[in-house]
Amino acid sequence: MSQSLDSYLALSALLFAVGTFGFLARRNAIAMLMSIELMLNAVNLTIVAFGAFVPALQPDASVIALVVMAVAAAEATVGLAIVIAIYRNRRTPLVDEYAQMRE
Amino acid sequence: MPMELLVTLLLALPIAGFGLTALVGRRLGTRAWVIAVPAIVVTWAIAMVVVWTAFSGGLGEGGLHFTLYEWVPAGAFTIEANFAVDNLAAVLLIVVTTVGMLVHVYSIGYMAHDPGRWRFFAYLNLFMFSMLLLVLAGNFMLLFAAWELVGLCSYLLIGFWYPRPSAAIAAKKAFLVNRVGDVGFALGIFAVWTTVGTLNFTDAFERLSDGLAGGRIEAWAITGIALLLFCGAVGKSAQFPLHVWLPDAMEGPTPVSALIHAATMVNAGVYFVARANPLFSLSPEAMFVVAAIGIFTAILAASIALTQNDIKRVLAYSTLSQLGYMFASLGVGAYVAAIFHMTAQGFTKGLLFLGSGSVIHGVHEEQDMNRMGGLWRRMPITHATMLVGSLSMAGIPPLAAFFSKDEILGEAFRNGFLWVWLVGILVAALTAFYMFRLMGKTFYGPSRVDPAVEPHVRESPRSMTVPLILLAIPAALLGLILGLPFGAGLIGQWLGPIFAGAEENLGRHPEAVQVLGVDGVLILVSVAVATAGLAVAIRLFGFHWPLRGDDTEAQPERVAALTARAPRLYRASFRKWWFDELNDLLFVRVGGRVAHFIWWFDRAIVDGTVNGIGDLAQSAGRDLRRIQTGRVQNYALGIALALIVMAGGFLIVTAR
Repeated sequence: MSQSLDSYLALSALLFAVGTFGFLARRNAIAMLMSIELMLNAVNLTIVAFGAFVPALQPDASVIALVVMAVAAAEATVGLAIVIAIYRNRRTPLVDEYAQMRE
Repeated sequence: MPMELLVTLLLALPIAGFGLTALVGRRLGTRAWVIAVPAIVVTWAIAMVVVWTAFSGGLGEGGLHFTLYEWVPAGAFTIEANFAVDNLAAVLLIVVTTVGMLVHVYSIGYMAHDPGRWRFFAYLNLFMFSMLLLVLAGNFMLLFAAWELVGLCSYLLIGFWYPRPSAAIAAKKAFLVNRVGDVGFALGIFAVWTTVGTLNFTDAFERLSDGLAGGRIEAWAITGIALLLFCGAVGKSAQFPLHVWLPDAMEGPTPVSALIHAATMVNAGVYFVARANPLFSLSPEAMFVVAAIGIFTAILAASIALTQNDIKRVLAYSTLSQLGYMFASLGVGAYVAAIFHMTAQGFTKGLLFLGSGSVIHGVHEEQDMNRMGGLWRRMPITHATMLVGSLSMAGIPPLAAFFSKDEILGEAFRNGFLWVWLVGILVAALTAFYMFRLMGKTFYGPSRVDPAVEPHVRESPRSMTVPLILLAIPAALLGLILGLPFGAGLIGQWLGPIFAGAEENLGRHPEAVQVLGVDGVLILVSVAVATAGLAVAIRLFGFHWPLRGDDTEAQPERVAALTARAPRLYRASFRKWWFDELNDLLFVRVGGRVAHFIWWFDRAIVDGTVNGIGDLAQSAGRDLRRIQTGRVQNYALGIALALIVMAGGFLIVTAR
């Protein structure tokens, strides 16, 4: 375990940026869901890192990290369900094709 | 029979006649009058019973007051259809129903060849109803309704021959000019309501008077109310500066001119000011305005009447002038004299107008006096009756208008209004002159009638001449009956008590008239100027003058020489002092510009603002719609960018 909080935060920021880029750049809905997971995990890493380095935050950080994991699991389930429903309807995983709700 | 029923019948019969004639009149064809005329004859008979009862004291002290029903029940604001029949209303009833009945009979002959006669009789009946309602009304609201109804009838009847553009325009002009006065009238009624909280004549005048005495109502408020109400009277009675509609109203059929625009409706203003005498007498300022406007209209109209060539227009200006006399009389506090003059004037003017209608009928619808002349042999009855009317108008004793006019002038002099008296005397001279100019150009001198028409000129049918004769009787004798002895005649006994309170307010003490003193001199002066005016007119326009060896052939040159001496005055009179042109400039040109500017302002600024806001929302929606792509990643990019901006901003702010 490294002794520096900064290195954890840097890794977390990197992960978040990769997730953001993936969400914005990928057209495949599954890949976008994976990017979201990446961003959530980046956030979780930040929280856990703060919990490890700041003693006063430790209990809170653990609880929040667990909540985030639960939310992420729920979100992935619902998200995948939606994607599958749309896929059955539209026969494509590409979100570009999902613009019907514009009007 | 109870009086209330009779008074109600006075109103019910004409309105029923109007309804029936309007419904079935078209089917009656040439007999369109069979409902309308008998209805008015019966109305006249009933009115005479009511009048007789009133003058013999049968209606009790202060007259008969009764409520027919509650007209406007609205909580504190309750208006009843209540009527007041006192001696003042009775005098008006005599004039309105008598002239009205004779005009109805006359119209049978006059309108015999007009296809719209059923419409004519229906309107005439409606007018009779409205005018009687006006006379009998016991509160401001009812009076105002009647006031507008007579205005409506006037409009309908002026524009009776509506295919003629001049008639349609004259009708509109009369209606619109009257509206100007009526705005003031309505405001006056509002002011009465807000000041004393009642619209009943008796209560309102009592409370106004008590309020002023008790210091609860300011004097200027009384003056303001009186002047606002007077605006309505100025409009209806065609006083300066709202006098322009009456001469144009002569576009209507002649019986209408006689009934509405000479004998009855135009007297409504005089009647109203007399009815409101307890109010007006509280404000010397308002009385002064009434007197000044009256006497100014009198001289203005008389000066215009001197040069007009349309026979009906001369009579119209004469009506204006005499109405001015009446207002001057009201203004100097001579109420009895004003009503006396109104009565005399009603019969005399009705007679003159019906006579002029007979002449116009005789020369085949020609109204220009330059194309008449020498008619007295062809139309002896018309000539004789009109001569009576003209002599009366000119103020020659012992005819009706001599007594009434003399009473006005005498009262003005006695009450210290020397300027009113002086102008009045001048007007009397002018009146005699233009009346005999009219007589001379129409009946005497060489015939200038169209040669094609000349052989067909003959006396009018009996239904037209009989009313003339019947009207000539009061025009000749009314003064003797009502006006003698001077200042204490029957009319004074009838009306004196009604105006006693007002005279007390004005601080007047009726004195006996001294025929052998100052008053006798005044009478002599007025008779002298009237005779002088008459003599000059006859010399210029009349028949062979027996005392000097003049011949009528030289008359046109004499007239031309006279007009050449004062060309500007002549033109001013002939062009009616340019009042129509002035109104055109003020209201059509300048007013039109202002209206145009306001229209532009409304369209460009007011509408522009409202439409601009709408357009803004619309175009904003149209433009913002583009960023709504429906692609989730575009939104996510927005979120990300916003996050970066917010985070960056946060950093910059906290870094300092």
